[in-house]
Amino acid sequence: MTRSGYFNDLHNWLISEDFTSTRQARLHKAYVAWLSLLANPLAFAGFAVVVLLILIATLAPIITLHDPVSQDLTMALKAPSAAHWFGTDEFGRDVYARLVYGARTTLYISILVTVIVAPIGFVIGAMSGYLSGWIDVVLMRITDIFLSFPSLVLALAFSAALGPGIENAVIAIALTVWPPIARLARAETLTFRNADFVVAAELQGAGMWRILLRHIVPLCAPSIVVRLTLNMSSIILTAAGLGFLGLGAQPPMPEWGAMAASGRQYLLDAWWLTTIPGIAILTVSLAFNLLGDGLRDIMDPRNA
Amino acid sequence: MRDHNDTILAVENMSVEFPTLSGVVTAVRDVSFSVGREKVGIIGESGSGKSTTGRAIMRLQPPKAVVKADRMQFENIDLMKASEEQMLSVRGKQIAMILQDPKYSLNPVMTVGEQISETVILHERVSRKQARERTLAMLERVNIRDPRRVFDLYPHEVSGGMGQRIMISMMLIASPSLIIADEPTSALDVTVRQQVLSILDDLVTERNIGLIFISHDLNLVRSFCDRVIIMYAGQIVETVAAADLDNAKHPYTRGLLNALPSLDHPRDRLEVLRRDPAWLEN
Amino acid sequence: MSMINVDHLAVSYGRGETMTRVVKDVSFDVAEGESFGLVGESGCGKSTVLGALGGRNRQWTGTITIDGETINQKRSISQLAKQQMVFQDPFGSIHPRHTIGRALLEPLEIHGKNNRQERVEKALKDVGLPLNFRYRFPHQLSGGQRQRVAIARALILEPRILLLDEPTSALDVSIQAEILNLLKDLREREKLTYILVSHDLAVVAHLCDRIAVMQNGTFVEVASKKQLQNGSVTHPYTRTLIDGSRGYVVKQV
Repeated sequence: MTRSGYFNDLHNWLISEDFTSTRQARLHKAYVAWLSLLANPLAFAGFAVVVLLILIATLAPIITLHDPVSQDLTMALKAPSAAHWFGTDEFGRDVYARLVYGARTTLYISILVTVIVAPIGFVIGAMSGYLSGWIDVVLMRITDIFLSFPSLVLALAFSAALGPGIENAVIAIALTVWPPIARLARAETLTFRNADFVVAAELQGAGMWRILLRHIVPLCAPSIVVRLTLNMSSIILTAAGLGFLGLGAQPPMPEWGAMAASGRQYLLDAWWLTTIPGIAILTVSLAFNLLGDGLRDIMDPRNA
Repeated sequence: MRDHNDTILAVENMSVEFPTLSGVVTAVRDVSFSVGREKVGIIGESGSGKSTTGRAIMRLQPPKAVVKADRMQFENIDLMKASEEQMLSVRGKQIAMILQDPKYSLNPVMTVGEQISETVILHERVSRKQARERTLAMLERVNIRDPRRVFDLYPHEVSGGMGQRIMISMMLIASPSLIIADEPTSALDVTVRQQVLSILDDLVTERNIGLIFISHDLNLVRSFCDRVIIMYAGQIVETVAAADLDNAKHPYTRGLLNALPSLDHPRDRLEVLRRDPAWLEN
Repeated sequence: MSMINVDHLAVSYGRGETMTRVVKDVSFDVAEGESFGLVGESGCGKSTVLGALGGRNRQWTGTITIDGETINQKRSISQLAKQQMVFQDPFGSIHPRHTIGRALLEPLEIHGKNNRQERVEKALKDVGLPLNFRYRFPHQLSGGQRQRVAIARALILEPRILLLDEPTSALDVSIQAEILNLLKDLREREKLTYILVSHDLAVVAHLCDRIAVMQNGTFVEVASKKQLQNGSVTHPYTRTLIDGSRGYVVKQV
């Protein structure tokens, strides 16, 4: 009774727009976003899968019984059983353990790419939109050059040039992902460039970096976050593709794309080797897509 | 002679409600009025329900909104019972609407002339060539100096005042018996406003039709209309003859008049409107 | 002593072939504590004059002197603080994702002022807003309240001059009265100099002592408040504007 009363009070405090502190204003925004996420089942499903993925990656040693890299040739290519939930691969490694540890690789790649790409894309795009003139022309033509290649081909070329390995795969993918972000940041910046509140800040003496970071970032952030979330699935697929072609993660490191690739030879005898990582790639990229779509509805100021 | 008693539109106890997450919001509450062959002004502040009233008469309210009324009679048509098909012929032909920004009422990918010609062909069943002649005549009729040039312009190429005149020229062809003008001159400069209003004034007088003029501008309504309906928070608080607006009795109307800076009655401080909850109790 | 002196000001937009001169040749003087009005129809250049004074339009020639200091196209930070602008659209002039407190802190941070919390509280009090409004977002405020925030943001740097660009034309009549009264009180209390741009002659005459009537980038007449009220103006265009402010003029048959 008192418990639900407490939650009721908390709900009312969070939903009330009669703020008494900055913290309450911030929490209110987060709470309203949470409520609208709950109201959108598909986005929430995507969100749940992403949260699950993060949990699996962090808890990997706790939730697995087998080592993902230790080989046991006597146990090679065993079908799914109570001991090995998703069976074993050609070296007798537990597919379940490799899948769980593979989630770490996938997250590592996609988070690292995002962290590299978001600031670079934003700064190039926003500077281009804010300063206009020849800086805009130069930056946008460079962007166009990167955009004119199919992104998988470009990533392939880069990682072939840089040499195989997960760090190089991250760099190669990042090089293909930033141009659309820059384009988006530029377009968003242009819409706010001449808004009265930006002019007001300029007339009060705010410099370019202050305007970009304090005024433009909060407005561009929603669409960039949405775009990055939607990009996650293509990053995962590209990473898997590179892994599949042997250019990404190197054996014995567990990586979903590489797992699917190596299982190809045993497709008829051991279906689980390709199917399980395939399903994992599909589920996670679908989840990021659904979440991104939902975030667009929630965060877009035009819907507010 | 104009006959003010000849009622074109009669509205009795009309309400417009919007269902929202936090309950039903009543935008317009129990308004009753009638319009004859005259210029009736509806005045009120933002959120007073004046535009919603105008749209509800045309049955152009947003899909979620619910319109209730004891009676809504337009000439011999019961607007509450009319089918959507019937309304399609009412709108534009029998009741015309002018909005603040004509760009939203015109098709952006057709030239102005083509659009007026379409109306001519629809109403008068004439050939394209004849329609063009009629259109040019109509453009001239609304004081557009170079009708041949304007004929080939796209809506985004015409100024606000020109756009309103184009809207009016379309009405000249359709010859409606009631015009609803929602802030038709708010975006226009004083001199252009004067021209547009005088064309509208002539149209109403010549054709002997009714006009509902929705505005927030007290001086404009006072000088342009015959009668003024004052709306506050979705209700009609008072209806007075435009000439008697200065003698309005309701404290809200008085408050608005005193809040207005004026060249003729300069005062050091403007009166601040004190809203009284009792105004909403009938 | 004059607070603002403008001599042969011309302002243009664009470059080369597409350059248009919006303000042609304008000179005027505004005394300390005076309110000077600029009226005219859209496109006459009244907002552009204001923009040049405020530092928004930099493509100008002529001489501008503010508080005894001759101003260049590029201004120092202390020159920027001398005059502050209030914009027409209260929905577009405050950052939609900043709380009111954030919006008011911003200029203080740029200018490195101390006692920031006290200054924010004072600014809110000055414009008649409750202190807890600082935690709100603009979308929670009405148009009139936002315009008060915009005035508070302008005042927080303690400027000598307020440049008002149609500050009440997006507001309802009753709210307009509140803002006009507030502006009048503030000018008296803070000894401010105003330049008010508006298309509404009655509003300008209410707040200003002298009014310049603009047409096509030039002043056609500079009239006193008295002249506008008793109709002793000389230029026919001024008369047209006066008639327009009274509403619709029925044609004489």
